[in-house]
Amino acid sequence: MDIVYTLWLRSVKRYVRSKSRIIGSLGMPVFFLLALGFGLNSVVQIPGGAGENYLQFLVPGIIAMSVLFTSVFSGIQIIWDKQFGFLKETLVAPVSRLEIMLGQTLGGATTAVIQGAFILIISLFIGLKLTSISGFVIAFLFMTLIGICFAAFGIAIASKMEDMHGFQLIMNFVVFPIFGLSGALFPIESLPEWVVPLTLIDPLTYGVEGIRYGLLGTSAIHPLICLAALSAFTIVMIVVGALLFRKASI
Amino acid sequence: MENLTKRFGDFTAVDAISFDIKKGEIFGLLGPNGAGKTTTISMLSTLLEPTSGNAQVNGIDIQEDQDGVRKSIGIVFQDQSLDEELTAWENMDFHGRLYRIPKEIREERITDLLQLVELEERKESLVKTFSGGMRRRLEIARGLLHEPAVLFLDEPTLGLDPQTRNHLWTYIQTLNHTKGITIILTTHYMDEADRLCDRIAIIDRGTIIAMDTPEELKKRVGSDVVTVTSPDSERIAQEISAPWISGAEQHDGQVTIRLHDAEEHITELIRLFGDHGYAITSVSIHKPTLEDVFLHYTGKTIREDEAGAADRMRMMMMGRRH
Repeated sequence: MDIVYTLWLRSVKRYVRSKSRIIGSLGMPVFFLLALGFGLNSVVQIPGGAGENYLQFLVPGIIAMSVLFTSVFSGIQIIWDKQFGFLKETLVAPVSRLEIMLGQTLGGATTAVIQGAFILIISLFIGLKLTSISGFVIAFLFMTLIGICFAAFGIAIASKMEDMHGFQLIMNFVVFPIFGLSGALFPIESLPEWVVPLTLIDPLTYGVEGIRYGLLGTSAIHPLICLAALSAFTIVMIVVGALLFRKASI
Repeated sequence: MENLTKRFGDFTAVDAISFDIKKGEIFGLLGPNGAGKTTTISMLSTLLEPTSGNAQVNGIDIQEDQDGVRKSIGIVFQDQSLDEELTAWENMDFHGRLYRIPKEIREERITDLLQLVELEERKESLVKTFSGGMRRRLEIARGLLHEPAVLFLDEPTLGLDPQTRNHLWTYIQTLNHTKGITIILTTHYMDEADRLCDRIAIIDRGTIIAMDTPEELKKRVGSDVVTVTSPDSERIAQEISAPWISGAEQHDGQVTIRLHDAEEHITELIRLFGDHGYAITSVSIHKPTLEDVFLHYTGKTIREDEAGAADRMRMMMMGRRH
């Protein structure tokens, strides 16, 4: 455990020091929140929504987005460690790759949850009302699961990537679709029927719905199903990430 | 180490090399870039699996007990491997935690080692503010933190200025003497190998072509040369003789005399000059260098060989680097 903690500590230290990265990665979610939230608030009616407006509907989606992007990015960051040689220092130590991978994953998840929390706090100023403390805790639980799931996913990808050239490709063809299909921006009930199966194999869908249940008290999918599905995806991602990272060459 | 081999596809980077390294010695792997030095080190430090053959480090098999090997070695990589966003202290601390050194011992050793490499005052500075020499010293300090029995230094002074190199050489020698650490270093600098190493293996294209102490290697290549400038050069070339002189030639007012152990015989030689009444303008001694040794064994200088082999190797190993 102390090795996992060591790796975690390094990730968090690096994160806290990179002020520009913290501010920078808040940019896009805040922009989405303001532009879509205020722009569409009076236009869009959520079908069957329990009285919530679009801005409130959108907040959980944007929080999930923030956690998603930060965690994938932090996972992929081991490519930088590879390129700057630091990974060798870690790999030549008498520790298992599993410990390294878990530390990296938890570090990435932590920074991702902090980014998500920033969005949550900003949302409180623009009209989100918290229903209960337990709902708040539920939201954080789902944020944490999204963070772990996608940090592990990032490491899995990074283990297969040679350098940062493929990064844009991953962002455009993997991460954006995950975000787009998740029901972060629109209710999944209103999607055409043939798209629904795609949203249901998207782990983020369950994360978004889970956070939505926590913050708004309503969700399109039962929160326990969300929890079970997202947990299962998270475990699979950790296993896949660990296996690929174990085989990764330096 | 026995018949250690590593292939990348069709390319054999290290071809069945075997050698023994004595405890407490400074052993040098000398060769041009791409000769297989780093690959050898990577195998010995368990970062790469050998294609065939086997090796022991500190008596531990590199394939059977990877963690055992890792615990007993320290390594300074050719390319920098520090976290630039962390301070010097944090880099050390990270390393200490990875090797599970208890907190108190860890802090004590970090303080000592930072003092040793004269970075004590900069311990709270981020590594990205450090110069190349400071980074190298920090890496050496880090490699020593868990008190390894064997320290690998892969091109320790690559890209450093002469002053810093001298400084580092002194450190390395001091470490070897005071702590008795076995040091295995790779280099393509002849002077570095000559100055530091107790024994040298010359490696080229994945095979070891010669191995001995620097002195022995140089002796094997041939005789020393004394060059004399003199108005009587023709006479000297014709008349000079002694059992230890193997030949003398005259050209352009200079005589080159080939002989064994020039330092030992130089006074005698000067006396011979005096006995014969030659007028002498200047005398200089040239000892064979490791460069001559390399030339002798491979038929090319280390510089000539560098371009070709280096490119090949970079392409194989470092395709991802820019």
